[in-house]
Amino acid sequence: MAKKATSDIRFAPTGIESPEKGGVQKGVDLPAATRKKHKSLGLTAQQLKDMYHQMYLQRRFEERAMQQYQKGKFGGFLHLYIGQEAISTGTVFAFNNDDDIITAYRDHGWGLCRGISANEGMAELFGKATGCSGGKGGSMHFANVKEHFWGGYGIVGGHIPIASGLAFANKYNANGRVSACFFGDGAVDQGALHETMNLAQLWKLPTIFVVENNGYSMGTAAKRHTVAEIVDRAKGYGMKSAVINGMDVFSVYEKMKEIADDVREHSEPWFVEIRTYRYRGHSMSDPQKYRTKEELEEYQNIDPIERLKSYLITEKVCNEAEISSIEEGIEEEVLAAVTFADESPFPEESELYTDMFVEDNPYFHV
Amino acid sequence: MAVLQFREALKHAIDEEMARDERVFVMGEEVAEYNGAYKVTEGLLDKYGYRRVIDTPISELGFAGLGVGAAMNGLRPIVEFMTFNFAVLAADQIINHATKVKYMTGGQADCPIVFRGPNASAGQLGATHSVAYDSMYAHFPGLKVIYVSEPNDAKGLLKSAIRDHNPVIFMESEQMYGLKGEVSDEEDFIIPIGKGKIKREGSDVTLVAHGKMYHIAVLAAKELAKDGIECEIIDPRTVKPLDLELILQSVKKTNRCIVIDEAHPFAGFAAEIGFLIQREAFDYLDAPVLRVCLPDVNAPFSKPLFDSWLPSPKQIIDAVKQVSY
Repeated sequence: MAKKATSDIRFAPTGIESPEKGGVQKGVDLPAATRKKHKSLGLTAQQLKDMYHQMYLQRRFEERAMQQYQKGKFGGFLHLYIGQEAISTGTVFAFNNDDDIITAYRDHGWGLCRGISANEGMAELFGKATGCSGGKGGSMHFANVKEHFWGGYGIVGGHIPIASGLAFANKYNANGRVSACFFGDGAVDQGALHETMNLAQLWKLPTIFVVENNGYSMGTAAKRHTVAEIVDRAKGYGMKSAVINGMDVFSVYEKMKEIADDVREHSEPWFVEIRTYRYRGHSMSDPQKYRTKEELEEYQNIDPIERLKSYLITEKVCNEAEISSIEEGIEEEVLAAVTFADESPFPEESELYTDMFVEDNPYFHV
Repeated sequence: MAVLQFREALKHAIDEEMARDERVFVMGEEVAEYNGAYKVTEGLLDKYGYRRVIDTPISELGFAGLGVGAAMNGLRPIVEFMTFNFAVLAADQIINHATKVKYMTGGQADCPIVFRGPNASAGQLGATHSVAYDSMYAHFPGLKVIYVSEPNDAKGLLKSAIRDHNPVIFMESEQMYGLKGEVSDEEDFIIPIGKGKIKREGSDVTLVAHGKMYHIAVLAAKELAKDGIECEIIDPRTVKPLDLELILQSVKKTNRCIVIDEAHPFAGFAAEIGFLIQREAFDYLDAPVLRVCLPDVNAPFSKPLFDSWLPSPKQIIDAVKQVSY
């Protein structure tokens, strides 16, 4: 090999320099959306309205949360799901209510979809005793275990083996439940995923690994942090796989339902890449220099909530007035949640020592 | 009382708990068809079948995390590590997840899981197979840490660990699996977590020693007795919760204490015990609390180097003589 000047040596593919040197790389390409209409997907008009309600709730909840964060009402991280709402909504509508869901730290939408009220969610962000996790989890650790939402997890890839443990227990008890683990494209590079995929395929666990590929691992485009197509990871494990358009709730619903049915029937895992886009930064302090405004606009133009809204109107499922009524209801619900969170008490100081151990008077070293 | 090998005592504990509770299962490398790398799980596959005794790939992070999820979802996993030196690969699951999931969900999910296997060195296994991790795990809130020295303790405490509703680290030693000892044949014999034991009574100096080091302390005490020095040996058995009261009672009687620990010196078990004694029994001390532990270097392979690295009865005898003026 000819010697090169050391200044020319590159390791990570570039993406934040001039276009001649690689330029800004697009994070993700979308597969085609389903052409089916709601009736052939088995969805009723009421379910469609509920879907719209849920997606709009997730959107407005987070927009209000962002405002409250900027006003200094709470601290910590705030990773927004805005743009990805079709994935949580389509999945939850496709699943049985007792199928197990676990996700990473971009978890507000998942929580709202699985029974956490706007009040409990907002109060958790504020660190209040009335929050879904009693104020001990915060933005990254929403959970509603009784409705089979096992929580958001803050270590990238850390919850992936746990998801397979949920599936293991389901298979052990032969209870027919399916578990699904959602994580970002950044987590694809973690060893935990590979160990768990091998275990899940080997042990035939009833579980679904789902990459919510929003194009960026924090500020690093997918093509800059991982080789080849993400979905092709499945091939190495002989695992069933699919790619889904995550900007269309019907596509998510259709395919996730098929997959969940297959998992339930055969007790074999799937690896699914759902392509999507996050409109906001990774967290709140993100100048977003790693992508172009045009790219963001391209996705905002195919916004999943707008897409469902225009479908509802075009297909005469709802008229404009009904849509407005749903939206106004949510607006009130979310504003009331802000007031609720603001006025709720912080946890008592004694709460510092609760929930560490199961027993009533545990040992704490001093 | 029946005389059992350490490994048999452990197996009896697992067997009894599996018979008692359908939710208990065992997984780990070579635990099933191979019958256990150290034969702790011998015969369990035949008795309980493939659903409850499960061979894993060499994926510590993966199967430890799978255990955490299974525990959250209602099962009671016993996860065997071939050694805790390999469990470092699973540290994210043990430290970041098993210990925290209950707290950060506001109490919504429990994690009743036992991580067990041999700890610390076992002869000339080189630097990466010789580390004692009990102090490290005891550092983290949410974990109970047990490191036993004798078959009777092994049985009684492992049964408690399996029944505990929280994550428990249960440590053994490759070099102790063949050790024989009397084990209670009392039905459903249980030793509560967090209770130490006075294993030798003496009035001159307190030796605090657990795990494999307990046996080194016994050798030292026998030698010292020939010189008329009577050591009291306290085996805490559980590192956390620590039975501090038992140690303090002894120190208040002997006024001297040596802590023997098979870990490196900085911020370890011996350091913690020394700190606690100065805080709680300062006025009773006739000499500084000393420790006999590993030097601040890695385990060497070469036999003479290894022997000088590992705490020895001679080091304990020297320390006792240093405080016995």
